[in-house]
Amino acid sequence: MTTTTTTRAATRPQPLAGPGSLRGGRRRRETLYQWAFLLPAAAYLILFFGYPVVKNLVMSFQDYGTATFYTGEAPWVGFANYAKVLGSSIFTTAALNTALFTAGSIVGQFVIGLALAVFFRKRFPLSGVLRSLLLLPWLLPLIASGAVWKWILDKDSGALNRFLEAIHVVPTGVPWLTSTSLALIAVVGVNIWIGIPFNVTILYGGLQDIADELYEAAALDGATGWRAFRYVTWPMLRPVVNVVLVLGVVYTLKVLDIILALTGGGPANASQTIATESYALSFQQFRFGEGSALGNILVLISLVFALVYLRASRRSVED
Amino acid sequence: MKRTSLITRSGLALAALALPAVLAGCGGASTTSSGSASTISVLDYYNNEPDKSFIGDALNQCAQKSGVTLDRQTVPGSSLIQKVLQQASSKTLPDVLMLDNPDLQQIAATGALAPLSDFNISTDGFAQGVLQAGTYNGKVYGLAPTVNTIALFYNKDLLAKAGVQPPTTWDELKADAAKLTSGGQYGVAFDANATYEGSWQFLPFMWSNGGDEKNIATPQTAEALQLWTDLVKSGSASSSVLNWTQADVKDQFVAGKAAMMVNGPWQIPTLDKQAALNYGVVQLPVKTAGQTEIAPLGGETWTVPQTGNKAKQAKAAEIVSCMNSDQMQLSMAKQRNTVPAKTTLAAQFASDNPKLAVFTNLIKTARARTGELGADWPKAATKIYTAIQTALTGKASPSDALQQAQNNG
Repeated sequence: MTTTTTTRAATRPQPLAGPGSLRGGRRRRETLYQWAFLLPAAAYLILFFGYPVVKNLVMSFQDYGTATFYTGEAPWVGFANYAKVLGSSIFTTAALNTALFTAGSIVGQFVIGLALAVFFRKRFPLSGVLRSLLLLPWLLPLIASGAVWKWILDKDSGALNRFLEAIHVVPTGVPWLTSTSLALIAVVGVNIWIGIPFNVTILYGGLQDIADELYEAAALDGATGWRAFRYVTWPMLRPVVNVVLVLGVVYTLKVLDIILALTGGGPANASQTIATESYALSFQQFRFGEGSALGNILVLISLVFALVYLRASRRSVED
Repeated sequence: MKRTSLITRSGLALAALALPAVLAGCGGASTTSSGSASTISVLDYYNNEPDKSFIGDALNQCAQKSGVTLDRQTVPGSSLIQKVLQQASSKTLPDVLMLDNPDLQQIAATGALAPLSDFNISTDGFAQGVLQAGTYNGKVYGLAPTVNTIALFYNKDLLAKAGVQPPTTWDELKADAAKLTSGGQYGVAFDANATYEGSWQFLPFMWSNGGDEKNIATPQTAEALQLWTDLVKSGSASSSVLNWTQADVKDQFVAGKAAMMVNGPWQIPTLDKQAALNYGVVQLPVKTAGQTEIAPLGGETWTVPQTGNKAKQAKAAEIVSCMNSDQMQLSMAKQRNTVPAKTTLAAQFASDNPKLAVFTNLIKTARARTGELGADWPKAATKIYTAIQTALTGKASPSDALQQAQNNG
């Protein structure tokens, strides 16, 4: 995580440079060493994080199109790109879809993930094997799972509809990916499937840290089952839950590949999010200025949640 | 963790495109500085067999004639333009560049291509649409040896069973498609997805009825969109057309799940491999009998980028010229089930290859997508597929959908 690296790197020199008992020359050399140790990390951050972010920011204020790549000319247009993407009719749809997609995915992933994590806390035969099988969606390339899900969800010959028809739940194929009212739901469903392993892994780790004595003590006081969860598990798990949720939001906001693989943002923009629209502007229509403006708006939204994460993790460390 | 590596895709990807600009000084200078022209680099998107070999063989023959060796690179079609833009910014453009014809004007507009008149390459005898596609600001920048378009493929057995003839008008198309729909089988399949491919499939319906990409909010275009909407609403076409690619459409046809399909001649090799499939090809139906079908022109052009190395550019021009020679046009057309770009050759070719006669006939009047709007075509194409998706999902009537899309450019 880059954010933690920066804060750690930035705070480290202070205690070392602090004491005034050292003599001047040695102290200067010490400082020099400190900076030398910082250099690789700083160079890495500037090259792979600083440069792209700055470039993207600059690009969003320029008329950056196909010609720019050959001529190098990108006229400064101020906030025109932002005005254009914010004023376009797709923006409202995309923003709403992004909110629904993120909220739906997070709630689904978290609830199912937590249920599974609590379930696997009990040891039973093959529990280890089953728990590792749960990681499968995480290990598959997203494009591959996207292609398989596209086939499963197909209206006419998809496995899901065949199954639903066989058990007489629906009379004809449900247009999961081609109905404007279902496409977003289908995409959220697949994204939940992808996100469960992350939630289970982190929450299971959190559960392992809760001492058994607490449950024993709670049981003596009459708290078992649901009450044990409510009064022991949940309060103890809170710091982990905060981290899982905030990270989940940041990851989900920028999901791109699975939507592109399943619906391409369609039908009629029904599953278009800010991320997919930004991609389409930049890499399909080659309007890089507008694409990066929209991308920056997404970065800004992510940043808000990243700050929440930083505060949450700092609080959990202090606890 | 896979997910952390995906940090703000758009930002990183943009940076990936921009990085070469900075790093260009480190290693990209070789192509422009070296004076010898013994090796010519080529970039194209024929990355799948058998086209990869067909084009490769043709290129090698041309290279041999010019006494040079080739350094050929093939990339997937979807990433060609991104690759070209990267190369343009790092000054590492190939000596010979293949571009899909609707992309040519956009790239020519950047100044990255050399006009073919600089090398005295003749453009005589090429079909009107081919020259239209290759021309930017009055100069020809690229030529396509062979071209293609789309038509209506039909399953002869299924049509015979239903007792219908291949449709020639929209009313016939609707009636036939309805009769051919039963159980798991749909009457017709086409590609109405939210990409340029969806717009490309819609063009023959729109153009033949008098519609125009300059302003899509016209009754003529609305009538064409109404036809597609009716086909989906009546159930004669699956609503999955909203998400199908042309390859998916072909799969439906091969599986017998669609009795008719809109598709191009590049599918013929796959169709011919199906022993049980007995198919025919007719031109796409028009609204009223007697209207001429105006087909959209497909096909890839060969261009000479501005690399700054005159000697290499001259050799590259020889190769582009050779690729477009009569002999090459005929051999590639035959191998790849495409149509020679020169009209006289096409006529000769049609009589030798009756299977491609429908396509050959359509090319005569075929229109280039960039013919009217040039580098602005992508914007119009985006409006067209947006309107198609809005109408086919029932979010608005065809005329309202077109009006909205036209206003929201």
